[in-house]
Formats: sequence, structure tokens, C-alpha cells
Amino acid sequence: MATPNIPLWEVFIRSRNGLAHKHVGSLHATDATLALQAARDIYTRRGEGLSIWVVPSSAITASDPSEKGMMFEPAESKIYRHPTFYDVPEEVGHM
Amino acid sequence: MYTQALNSSEGEDRNIEDAARAAQFQARIDADERIEPNDWMPAAYRKTLTRQISQHAHSEIVGMLPEGNWITRAPSLRRKVALLAKVQDECGHGLYLYAAAETLGSSREELVDLMLAGKAKYSSIFNYPTLTWADIGTIGWLVDGAAIMNQIPLCRCSYGPYARAMIRVCKEESFHQRQGFEIMLTLCRGTDEQKAMAQDALNRWWWPVLMMFGPPDQVSQHSDTSTKWKIKRFSNDELRQKFVDATVPQAQFLGLTIPDPGMKQNVDGNWEYSAIDWEEFKQVLAGNGPCNRDRLAARRKAHEDGGWVREAAMAYAEKRRQRSALQAAE
Repeated sequence: MATPNIPLWEVFIRSRNGLAHKHVGSLHATDATLALQAARDIYTRRGEGLSIWVVPSSAITASDPSEKGMMFEPAESKIYRHPTFYDVPEEVGHM
Repeated sequence: MYTQALNSSEGEDRNIEDAARAAQFQARIDADERIEPNDWMPAAYRKTLTRQISQHAHSEIVGMLPEGNWITRAPSLRRKVALLAKVQDECGHGLYLYAAAETLGSSREELVDLMLAGKAKYSSIFNYPTLTWADIGTIGWLVDGAAIMNQIPLCRCSYGPYARAMIRVCKEESFHQRQGFEIMLTLCRGTDEQKAMAQDALNRWWWPVLMMFGPPDQVSQHSDTSTKWKIKRFSNDELRQKFVDATVPQAQFLGLTIPDPGMKQNVDGNWEYSAIDWEEFKQVLAGNGPCNRDRLAARRKAHEDGGWVREAAMAYAEKRRQRSALQAAE
């Protein structure tokens, strides 16, 4: 008999106080409690984290990689959004 | 991530080859870009990676068996906790790798079922038995040492999820190799019998470990396309040579003799080893190694014995879901 599929979860870990949770991988678990416990065993065996989030993978909406040009182009053409776009005379010093 | 969720557009273009897109894809590889799960990729790239990553995952899981054999008989508490942690790591490595394989569109359950049915391979090295405690030292020192040699270049593999899984794995393997070497060093500094036990383990594992790097370059069937796709960055023979050169001085330090009387150092400083018995390798891969049947039987039993746990956990989750749906309706 084929093994039934167990739901997939994405795991996010905050490594130290002050840093954001970061995606570290995924795992299978039937519910949120088991997902948290499995995440602890699989992703924090060496003190990697102080906090874990688990999110059902099916709850994530992702941007489409084939549309990444359209999606991100608006940011790429606006170089005036970066500080280096503006000239400040050297005598003014660090700004 | 992705099998059940983000790859919902599964189907139409997944198995079609398309020359223009394949050229674009190769250009991305050549520019050292990483390929991510939802990017277009040739069907053959997907197939090769699914095979390689799932075999790698199976190897980690089956690899728990020869070492698990010694957990209850470890000679001290220090050795026992280290071995437990190592075997737990191997399980973790298997799970990171199954997750990476799943991003290509096969579910972990399908992949595991293929292995249990004997239709998927795992590393031939795990079909050899662990007869004495020195085998545990030798596995850490040499089997994990060879695995590190193989895996470090995979951290730069073109497929993002595989490369990222390998970075985690490599960090952890380093502990495995060092604990193995420490076991060997302790035995080699012990009684004559202990040292003989270490030598005996090296004698039995040396050639199978060299075979771990795969067939020689001139006959390796997967190498060309894997190199083109930057899945593989060094050839089997290159990695094997690197491993031998790194290992010989370590064996000398231990005072052990590598069981290859014909071995000699050439003018470039490389250690030349004698011909490898590829017939043995073929036989083990074909299922005729000393432990093939045992390993598969143990995996099947573990899977079947765990069936009720999976079933109960699913039933419990379903009950909770129904109860909260009822409460919401009230």
C-alpha cells in the first residue's frame, strides 16, 4: 500500500534576539504541535534558535518566477531611491 | 517546500523538452546562477536531481543502521551520547535531503516507497557489516570523511535547495569525522588487541570506502551532463585521489597500515593506489553485498511498525479539524 501524504510545513527560526525569523527548510507533520516538535529536532540540534515558527506550506502565496521581470523592474529603474544617487561635497564630511 | 503547495501548476510543461528554454537554462547555469524550484528546468535535469538527491537521502537513512547497531554496546557513556547524536544527525540529513528532493515535485512518501520496494539505490557502503567497535571509529573517520569530500563541492551545486541542504549537512559531518578519528586514536594508543582491532576494521573498510566515489571516470554514466549542469564539479577519480592524499598521513599518524601493499607516493606527492575491484562494487550495487537484504528488511520493518503512529496522528489531526469546524459553526 502506498504511504499516505502527511501535510508539509515551512520552518522559520530566529537565531538570536534582534534578528528576524528566517526560513530554514520544511518538514512533514500531521498538526502544528507535532510540526513544532519536529522542527526543534530537525533544525535546532545545535542551539541554532531561540524561537520557531511553523507555517503550513499550503498557506504561502508566492510570486511567480516567470513574472519576476515585471514584478521587480519598477524597483530597479529608480536609482534615485539610493543614497549614492546624491552628491554631497567632500568638505561636508560623512552624511 | 513546494510539492503540495507552490508547484500547483504541475503537469503540462514539466515533461516537455524545449530547445529555446533549454538554451536559456544552460546560460543561467553557465553564469553561475542558482536554479530554484519553480524555475523552468529541462525534464532530464529534474529527473537526474530527483534521483541523486533521493538516493542521497536514502543513504543517510539506511546509514543509521550499521551505526545504530553499536549504540547499546558503546564502550562508555561519552561514546554512547556521541554516537546517539551522530545517528540522530544522519536522520536529520535524510530529512533535509528528502525536503530538497520534494521541491522537484515527487513527494517524500513516493520516494521512500521506491526505496522500500528496492527500486531506488542508496550508497553501497552501508551494505557492509559493523563487526566490532573499531568499525564505528572507521566509519566516522573514513566513510564520513569520504562523504565530506563528495559533499563539499555539492554546497555549490546549481540547484538551490540541494546546495542549501548540503551546507547544513557539511557543517554537521565535521563532528562525525572527528569523533571517528578520536575513537581510532584511542584504540591505536590502547592495548595490542585494541590496535589490532583498529587495523582489522581499516582492512575491511578501505576498499569499499574508495568505491564510495563511484566508478572510474572513463565508465561513469552520469558524469557528463551532471558536469555541464554544475551538479557535479569534480570527477569521481579527482575526489577519490583527494581523499586518499588526505587520508594516508592520518593513517600514518595512527600507526595503521593501509591495506594496499602496492601504494606509493608519486613525484607530485599524490598517493597512487592499486586497482579497485569494481566487480565487488557491481555485486554490492546489484543487491549481493553482505547486508543488502538485512538493510532493506530493517527499513521495511521500521516503516511498517511506524504505520500505526502515522495513522493515529492523521486521525487525531482530522478529529481536531472537525471539532474546530463544529465550534466555528455554533
